[in-house]
Amino acid sequence: MEIKQTAIAGTLESSDVQIMLSQSHDGVTFDLVSDVAKQFDDAIKATITQVLAAYDVHNVLVKVVDKGALDMVIRARAITAVQRALDLADEPNWEVL
Amino acid sequence: MKNKVARDIPDDILAATQRQVFNGVDYGHPVTQRVAPKVRATTGGDKIVASIDEVVTKTVADGMTISFHHHFREGDYVFNQVMRSIIDHGYQNLTLAPSSLTNVMNDIVVEAIQKGVVTNITSSGMRGTLGDAVSHGLLAQPVIFRSHGNRARAIEHGEIKIDVAFLGVPNADDMGNANGMDGDAAFGSLGYALIDAQYADTLVLITDTMKPYPNTPASIKQTQVDYIVKVDAVGDPEKIGSGATRFTKDPKELKIAKTVNDVIVNSAYFKDGFSFQTGSGGAALAVTRFLRQAMLDHQIKASFALGGITKPTIDLLNEGLVARVMDVQDFDKGAAASMKGNRDQQEIDASWYADPANKGAMVDKLDVAILSALEVDTHFNVNVMSGSDGIIRGAIGGHQDAAMAKLTIISAPLVRGRIATIVPDVTTVITPGDAIDVVVTEVGIAINPKRHDLIDQLSNVPGLPVYTIEALQQKAEAIVGKPKPLAFTDRVVALAEYRDGTLIDVIKAVKD
Repeated sequence: MEIKQTAIAGTLESSDVQIMLSQSHDGVTFDLVSDVAKQFDDAIKATITQVLAAYDVHNVLVKVVDKGALDMVIRARAITAVQRALDLADEPNWEVL
Repeated sequence: MKNKVARDIPDDILAATQRQVFNGVDYGHPVTQRVAPKVRATTGGDKIVASIDEVVTKTVADGMTISFHHHFREGDYVFNQVMRSIIDHGYQNLTLAPSSLTNVMNDIVVEAIQKGVVTNITSSGMRGTLGDAVSHGLLAQPVIFRSHGNRARAIEHGEIKIDVAFLGVPNADDMGNANGMDGDAAFGSLGYALIDAQYADTLVLITDTMKPYPNTPASIKQTQVDYIVKVDAVGDPEKIGSGATRFTKDPKELKIAKTVNDVIVNSAYFKDGFSFQTGSGGAALAVTRFLRQAMLDHQIKASFALGGITKPTIDLLNEGLVARVMDVQDFDKGAAASMKGNRDQQEIDASWYADPANKGAMVDKLDVAILSALEVDTHFNVNVMSGSDGIIRGAIGGHQDAAMAKLTIISAPLVRGRIATIVPDVTTVITPGDAIDVVVTEVGIAINPKRHDLIDQLSNVPGLPVYTIEALQQKAEAIVGKPKPLAFTDRVVALAEYRDGTLIDVIKAVKD
């Protein structure tokens, strides 16, 4: 699926993550800033990549500002961002959830 | 060479520093020889000096060791004024040996290192931009971190030889009699500075309030003082100590505090005449409140409270629940202000407080200590020095010293954000697991397996879940996931001494 519009989910509060998805033509690229990047940058990218793959999204620029969010939070924000970016916010993809 | 907590201390470091590796918490009964300072005789007519610049040029020379205290904490004006003068006069190769370094000192220390003015540092700790710079290899020689008790020991034995001590005081007379209790910038106990006053070859007092001679009570005595400089202000009263203490409303901290209280009350140490030390964090203050109620309920009184003192502890003193407060520093205005009028609030120096190499320190008589941690590992080793990113951001303080208590409790949340507090291996070992008895988190406690007595006393207390430390570590990992190991270079940027002067760990430069 192609990104229809730039979409954002999450806040900059402690233990939250803000994920912004926008159109791209060269695969999944990350721009990641995290308080815990040294320990968890790969884990954060892997979680978001998994969510994107579940929605069949393969070309997207992912901007992540992470404030130490737990994995379940990152997953939830990623799902919200991708539903908004695909203009599916009103019709959740239950199979993916 | 590996030490008793399985940390590899590089052989070249051992050779260069003439240190032994850490080999256990028991100091034994060695006989040691103390050093004595040089004394320049005077009848006092030449003690008053017009400016910091003048006193610096009179006293400092290249290669010297200079010291400061940190009782003004984030409100310190003295350190920056003296260091500015020292840098501007172009001195080189100084060793900086303060009791600790606070954030307000960071920028000028970084500048002094960059200009070759400071080439060695020993301190209780460091944080912020300075910790970051040192962790990135700014200083050629490794920093030496020492606990408050160990600093006293190292000074007494000449391992730290202080050439000039610059001590800010909130009052002094024209001969140098001074205390920490009066004046705009009063901070209470002068505990850490008293060692510098006793052992420095040259002692410079810097004050903003001149008192009529003779000024009493004289914590620092005229017999120790070479020069006195009057300045406009030695500190910012608003930043010296925190203001009115507010008890935490954070439910997690309250849960931890209540659990700490349960551990104390159900241990054999909770009996009339017991003694305790708490820190200054939110949970520690809440413990004091729970402990007060428990003491009232059980009609138990404490013989003394020790260490860094806060207003809630002074309230216990005034209420008659604590007989003596043995005070090495005051964390808030309430504690600082009460010392003057309360003879049961005894000022103690760092040696009396915590030095292992004297004829008995107060920590040796301590029943219960409640301490914090950045990390605790499954061997009960505690890190209070390096952050989750491997960068220096803490201080030993009295951690190793107070951990000599008969019941040492670490109070810490299981996780902070996405960072686990209970880990398989701490980044830096500061206090060895052998000195730690119980770890308290919001989900439950872990008891050091070697303490069979505590396991018996605490295993069947309603509402007090007991886990193994490994189980707590796994609970933490289940929440946050498994972190990538931190990457360090081989370059040693700091040495962590144990309180006996042996090396318990080294800190390496971060790779990034």
